[in-house]
Amino acid sequence: MMIEHFPLFYTFHFYFFGVVAIASALAFVTRKSPVAAALWLVNTMFSLSAEYVLLDAQFIGVMQVLVYAGAIMVVFLFVIMLLNLGHPSEIADARGKWPVMVAVLIGIALLAEVMTISRSGVAVRFAVPQGYNAEQFGKYGAIGTIARPLFNEYLLAFELTSVLLLVAIAGAVVLGRRRNADAR
Amino acid sequence: MLAESLALSAVLFTIGVVGVLVRRNAIIIFMCVELMLNAVNLTFVAFSRYYGATGQVFVIFVMTVAAAEAAVGLAIIIAIFRHRQSVNLQNINLLKG
Repeated sequence: MMIEHFPLFYTFHFYFFGVVAIASALAFVTRKSPVAAALWLVNTMFSLSAEYVLLDAQFIGVMQVLVYAGAIMVVFLFVIMLLNLGHPSEIADARGKWPVMVAVLIGIALLAEVMTISRSGVAVRFAVPQGYNAEQFGKYGAIGTIARPLFNEYLLAFELTSVLLLVAIAGAVVLGRRRNADAR
Repeated sequence: MLAESLALSAVLFTIGVVGVLVRRNAIIIFMCVELMLNAVNLTFVAFSRYYGATGQVFVIFVMTVAAAEAAVGLAIIIAIFRHRQSVNLQNINLLKG
Protein backbone atom coordinates (compact mmCIF):
# COMPACT_ATOMS: atom_id res chain seq x y z
CA MET A 1 0.00 0.00 0.00
CA MET A 2 1.22 3.48 -0.78
CA ILE A 3 2.29 5.75 2.01
CA GLU A 4 0.30 8.94 1.78
CA HIS A 5 0.90 12.27 3.41
CA PHE A 6 -2.21 14.12 4.37
CA PRO A 7 -2.36 17.86 4.96
CA LEU A 8 -3.06 18.98 8.50
CA PHE A 9 -6.47 20.33 7.43
CA TYR A 10 -7.49 16.86 6.30
CA THR A 11 -6.12 15.04 9.34
CA PHE A 12 -7.70 17.52 11.75
CA HIS A 13 -11.14 17.13 10.24
CA PHE A 14 -10.83 13.39 10.00
CA TYR A 15 -10.08 13.06 13.71
CA PHE A 16 -12.55 15.79 14.65
CA PHE A 17 -15.50 14.08 12.97
CA GLY A 18 -14.33 10.71 14.25
CA VAL A 19 -14.38 11.96 17.84
CA VAL A 20 -17.76 13.62 17.29
CA ALA A 21 -19.14 10.36 15.86
CA ILE A 22 -17.94 8.29 18.81
CA ALA A 23 -19.11 10.84 21.39
CA SER A 24 -22.56 11.07 19.76
CA ALA A 25 -22.79 7.29 19.58
CA LEU A 26 -21.99 7.02 23.29
CA ALA A 27 -24.55 9.70 24.09
CA PHE A 28 -27.06 7.87 21.87
CA VAL A 29 -26.63 4.57 23.74
CA THR A 30 -26.84 6.14 27.19
CA ARG A 31 -29.86 8.44 26.70
CA LYS A 32 -33.00 7.37 28.47
CA SER A 33 -35.53 9.07 26.23
CA PRO A 34 -35.93 7.66 22.70
CA VAL A 35 -36.26 11.13 21.15
CA ALA A 36 -32.91 12.30 22.53
CA ALA A 37 -31.31 9.01 21.49
CA ALA A 38 -32.62 9.36 17.94
CA LEU A 39 -31.30 12.92 17.64
CA TRP A 40 -27.84 11.84 18.86
CA LEU A 41 -27.88 9.06 16.28
CA VAL A 42 -28.65 11.65 13.59
CA ASN A 43 -25.55 13.52 14.79
CA THR A 44 -23.47 10.35 14.47
CA MET A 45 -24.73 9.85 10.93
CA PHE A 46 -23.86 13.41 9.94
CA SER A 47 -20.32 12.95 11.23
CA LEU A 48 -20.04 9.67 9.36
CA SER A 49 -21.20 11.46 6.22
CA ALA A 50 -18.32 13.92 6.67
CA GLU A 51 -15.96 10.98 7.04
CA TYR A 52 -17.24 9.52 3.78
CA VAL A 53 -16.51 12.78 1.98
CA LEU A 54 -13.02 12.80 3.46
CA LEU A 55 -12.57 9.23 2.22
CA ASP A 56 -13.37 10.30 -1.37
CA ALA A 57 -16.90 8.88 -1.38
CA GLN A 58 -18.82 12.10 -1.98
CA PHE A 59 -21.90 10.43 -3.44
CA ILE A 60 -22.13 8.03 -0.50
CA GLY A 61 -21.83 11.00 1.84
CA VAL A 62 -24.79 12.71 0.19
CA MET A 63 -26.79 9.47 0.26
CA GLN A 64 -25.96 9.07 3.95
CA VAL A 65 -27.53 12.45 4.71
CA LEU A 66 -30.52 11.89 2.42
CA VAL A 67 -31.37 8.28 3.20
CA TYR A 68 -30.11 7.65 6.72
CA ALA A 69 -30.32 11.00 8.47
CA GLY A 70 -33.17 12.20 6.30
CA ALA A 71 -35.49 9.28 5.64
CA ILE A 72 -34.77 6.43 8.04
CA MET A 73 -34.36 8.55 11.15
CA VAL A 74 -37.50 10.54 10.35
CA VAL A 75 -39.41 7.25 10.24
CA PHE A 76 -37.92 6.32 13.61
CA LEU A 77 -38.87 9.66 15.15
CA PHE A 78 -42.31 9.36 13.58
CA VAL A 79 -42.88 5.98 15.22
CA ILE A 80 -41.54 7.20 18.58
CA MET A 81 -44.01 10.07 18.53
CA LEU A 82 -46.82 7.92 17.14
CA LEU A 83 -46.44 5.54 20.08
CA ASN A 84 -46.12 8.54 22.43
CA LEU A 85 -42.85 7.29 23.91
CA GLY A 86 -41.16 10.67 24.13
CA HIS A 87 -42.17 13.16 26.76
CA PRO A 88 -43.59 16.45 25.53
CA SER A 89 -41.05 18.50 27.50
CA GLU A 90 -38.17 17.00 25.53
CA ILE A 91 -39.61 17.98 22.18
CA ALA A 92 -40.29 21.56 23.22
CA ASP A 93 -38.16 24.38 21.84
CA ALA A 94 -34.89 25.25 23.50
CA ARG A 95 -35.57 27.35 26.54
CA GLY A 96 -33.43 29.81 28.41
CA LYS A 97 -31.08 32.47 27.12
CA TRP A 98 -27.97 30.40 26.41
CA PRO A 99 -29.36 27.61 24.23
CA VAL A 100 -31.09 30.17 22.02
CA MET A 101 -27.93 32.30 21.78
CA VAL A 102 -25.81 29.30 20.81
CA ALA A 103 -28.37 28.19 18.23
CA VAL A 104 -28.50 31.67 16.67
CA LEU A 105 -24.70 31.92 16.57
CA ILE A 106 -24.33 28.54 14.91
CA GLY A 107 -27.01 29.46 12.37
CA ILE A 108 -25.32 32.78 11.52
CA ALA A 109 -21.92 31.08 11.22
CA LEU A 110 -23.26 28.45 8.81
CA LEU A 111 -25.08 31.08 6.74
CA ALA A 112 -21.95 33.23 6.59
CA GLU A 113 -19.96 30.22 5.44
CA VAL A 114 -22.37 29.50 2.59
CA MET A 115 -22.46 33.18 1.60
CA THR A 116 -18.68 33.45 1.60
CA ILE A 117 -18.27 30.37 -0.55
CA SER A 118 -20.95 31.35 -3.05
CA ARG A 119 -19.87 35.01 -3.33
CA SER A 120 -16.14 34.56 -3.52
CA GLY A 121 -15.12 34.64 -7.17
CA VAL A 122 -12.88 31.65 -6.63
CA ALA A 123 -14.49 28.55 -8.03
CA VAL A 124 -14.85 26.03 -5.28
CA ARG A 125 -12.63 23.11 -6.09
CA PHE A 126 -13.23 19.89 -4.37
CA ALA A 127 -10.11 17.98 -3.55
CA VAL A 128 -9.31 15.48 -6.27
CA PRO A 129 -9.22 12.00 -4.78
CA GLN A 130 -5.78 10.60 -4.22
CA GLY A 131 -6.71 7.00 -3.66
CA TYR A 132 -7.15 4.01 -5.92
CA ASN A 133 -10.14 5.54 -7.72
CA ALA A 134 -8.42 8.78 -8.71
CA GLU A 135 -8.18 7.91 -12.39
CA GLN A 136 -11.78 6.72 -12.72
CA PHE A 137 -12.86 9.73 -10.74
CA GLY A 138 -11.26 12.07 -13.22
CA LYS A 139 -12.86 10.22 -16.12
CA TYR A 140 -16.40 9.52 -14.96
CA GLY A 141 -16.95 11.83 -11.99
CA ALA A 142 -18.08 10.99 -8.49
CA ILE A 143 -21.35 9.31 -9.48
CA GLY A 144 -20.15 7.58 -12.62
CA THR A 145 -17.46 5.79 -10.66
CA ILE A 146 -20.18 4.08 -8.62
CA ALA A 147 -22.78 3.81 -11.36
CA ARG A 148 -20.56 1.84 -13.77
CA PRO A 149 -20.04 -1.23 -11.56
CA LEU A 150 -23.58 -0.89 -10.18
CA PHE A 151 -25.21 -1.14 -13.61
CA ASN A 152 -22.73 -3.55 -15.17
CA GLU A 153 -21.43 -6.19 -12.79
CA TYR A 154 -24.12 -5.84 -10.14
CA LEU A 155 -27.14 -5.26 -12.36
CA LEU A 156 -28.85 -8.46 -11.22
CA ALA A 157 -28.38 -7.58 -7.56
CA PHE A 158 -29.70 -4.09 -8.30
CA GLU A 159 -32.84 -5.48 -9.91
CA LEU A 160 -33.35 -7.94 -7.04
CA THR A 161 -33.18 -5.01 -4.65
CA SER A 162 -36.42 -3.72 -6.15
CA VAL A 163 -38.08 -7.04 -5.27
CA LEU A 164 -36.73 -6.66 -1.73
CA LEU A 165 -38.26 -3.20 -1.45
CA LEU A 166 -41.59 -4.47 -2.78
CA VAL A 167 -41.59 -7.24 -0.18
CA ALA A 168 -40.75 -4.72 2.54
CA ILE A 169 -43.63 -2.45 1.49
CA ALA A 170 -46.09 -5.35 1.46
CA GLY A 171 -44.77 -6.61 4.81
CA ALA A 172 -45.05 -3.22 6.46
CA VAL A 173 -48.62 -2.79 5.24
CA VAL A 174 -49.67 -6.28 6.39
CA LEU A 175 -48.00 -5.92 9.79
CA GLY A 176 -49.31 -2.43 10.35
CA ARG A 177 -52.91 -3.32 9.54
CA ARG A 178 -55.33 -3.72 12.41
CA ARG A 179 -56.53 -7.25 12.89
CA ASN A 180 -60.18 -6.23 13.07
CA ALA A 181 -60.05 -3.56 10.40
CA ASP A 182 -62.55 -5.26 8.11
CA ALA A 183 -64.89 -6.09 10.99
CA ARG A 184 -65.73 -2.43 11.46
CA MET B 1 -6.22 6.84 7.07
CA LEU B 2 -7.28 3.22 6.52
CA ALA B 3 -6.28 2.06 10.00
CA GLU B 4 -7.99 5.01 11.66
CA SER B 5 -11.20 4.45 9.67
CA LEU B 6 -11.25 0.77 10.59
CA ALA B 7 -10.67 1.61 14.25
CA LEU B 8 -13.51 4.14 14.20
CA SER B 9 -15.74 1.59 12.51
CA ALA B 10 -14.87 -1.05 15.12
CA VAL B 11 -15.61 1.34 17.99
CA LEU B 12 -18.98 2.32 16.51
CA PHE B 13 -19.88 -1.31 15.87
CA THR B 14 -19.00 -2.21 19.46
CA ILE B 15 -21.12 0.63 20.80
CA GLY B 16 -23.99 -0.69 18.68
CA VAL B 17 -23.54 -4.24 19.98
CA VAL B 18 -23.40 -3.05 23.59
CA GLY B 19 -26.57 -1.04 22.99
CA VAL B 20 -28.39 -4.06 21.59
CA LEU B 21 -27.37 -6.19 24.56
CA VAL B 22 -27.93 -3.63 27.32
CA ARG B 23 -30.94 -1.56 26.35
CA ARG B 24 -34.49 -2.78 26.87
CA ASN B 25 -36.39 -0.37 24.63
CA ALA B 26 -37.20 -2.08 21.32
CA ILE B 27 -36.90 1.12 19.27
CA ILE B 28 -33.48 1.98 20.72
CA ILE B 29 -32.27 -1.58 20.09
CA PHE B 30 -33.42 -1.12 16.53
CA MET B 31 -31.50 2.14 16.21
CA CYS B 32 -28.41 0.34 17.57
CA VAL B 33 -28.72 -2.09 14.65
CA GLU B 34 -28.72 0.91 12.31
CA LEU B 35 -25.56 2.15 14.02
CA MET B 36 -23.92 -1.22 13.39
CA LEU B 37 -24.91 -1.05 9.71
CA ASN B 38 -23.37 2.41 9.55
CA ALA B 39 -20.12 1.10 11.02
CA VAL B 40 -20.01 -1.60 8.35
CA ASN B 41 -20.63 1.04 5.68
CA LEU B 42 -17.65 2.99 6.97
CA THR B 43 -15.48 -0.11 6.57
CA PHE B 44 -16.68 -0.53 2.98
CA VAL B 45 -15.96 3.09 2.12
CA ALA B 46 -12.54 3.03 3.78
CA PHE B 47 -11.52 -0.06 1.80
CA SER B 48 -13.01 1.29 -1.41
CA ARG B 49 -10.56 4.17 -1.22
CA TYR B 50 -7.70 1.70 -1.60
CA TYR B 51 -9.17 -1.19 -3.57
CA GLY B 52 -11.66 0.25 -6.06
CA ALA B 53 -15.21 1.58 -6.13
CA THR B 54 -16.97 -1.76 -5.62
CA GLY B 55 -17.15 -1.09 -1.88
CA GLN B 56 -19.29 1.96 -2.51
CA VAL B 57 -21.71 -0.11 -4.60
CA PHE B 58 -22.12 -2.41 -1.63
CA VAL B 59 -22.77 0.57 0.62
CA ILE B 60 -25.72 1.46 -1.65
CA PHE B 61 -27.08 -2.08 -1.24
CA VAL B 62 -26.61 -1.95 2.53
CA MET B 63 -28.53 1.34 2.65
CA THR B 64 -31.39 -0.17 0.66
CA VAL B 65 -31.57 -3.17 2.97
CA ALA B 66 -31.44 -0.86 6.00
CA ALA B 67 -34.36 1.17 4.67
CA ALA B 68 -36.43 -1.96 3.99
CA GLU B 69 -35.50 -3.36 7.39
CA ALA B 70 -36.51 -0.12 9.13
CA ALA B 71 -39.94 -0.18 7.47
CA VAL B 72 -40.66 -3.81 8.40
CA GLY B 73 -39.12 -3.59 11.87
CA LEU B 74 -41.03 -0.49 12.83
CA ALA B 75 -44.25 -2.09 11.60
CA ILE B 76 -43.50 -5.05 13.89
CA ILE B 77 -42.82 -2.69 16.80
CA ILE B 78 -46.13 -0.91 16.18
CA ALA B 79 -47.92 -4.28 16.11
CA ILE B 80 -46.25 -5.30 19.40
CA PHE B 81 -47.16 -1.98 20.96
CA ARG B 82 -50.79 -2.43 19.96
CA HIS B 83 -50.77 -5.84 21.57
CA ARG B 84 -48.92 -5.05 24.80
CA GLN B 85 -49.08 -1.25 25.15
CA SER B 86 -45.31 -1.31 25.67
CA VAL B 87 -42.09 -1.59 23.69
CA ASN B 88 -40.06 -2.74 26.69
CA LEU B 89 -38.55 -6.08 25.76
CA GLN B 90 -38.71 -7.26 29.37
CA ASN B 91 -42.47 -7.57 28.96
CA ILE B 92 -42.27 -9.41 25.65
CA ASN B 93 -41.16 -12.94 26.47
CA LEU B 94 -43.66 -15.01 24.54
CA LEU B 95 -40.94 -16.83 22.61
CA LYS B 96 -38.78 -17.45 25.65
CA GLY B 97 -38.03 -21.18 26.07
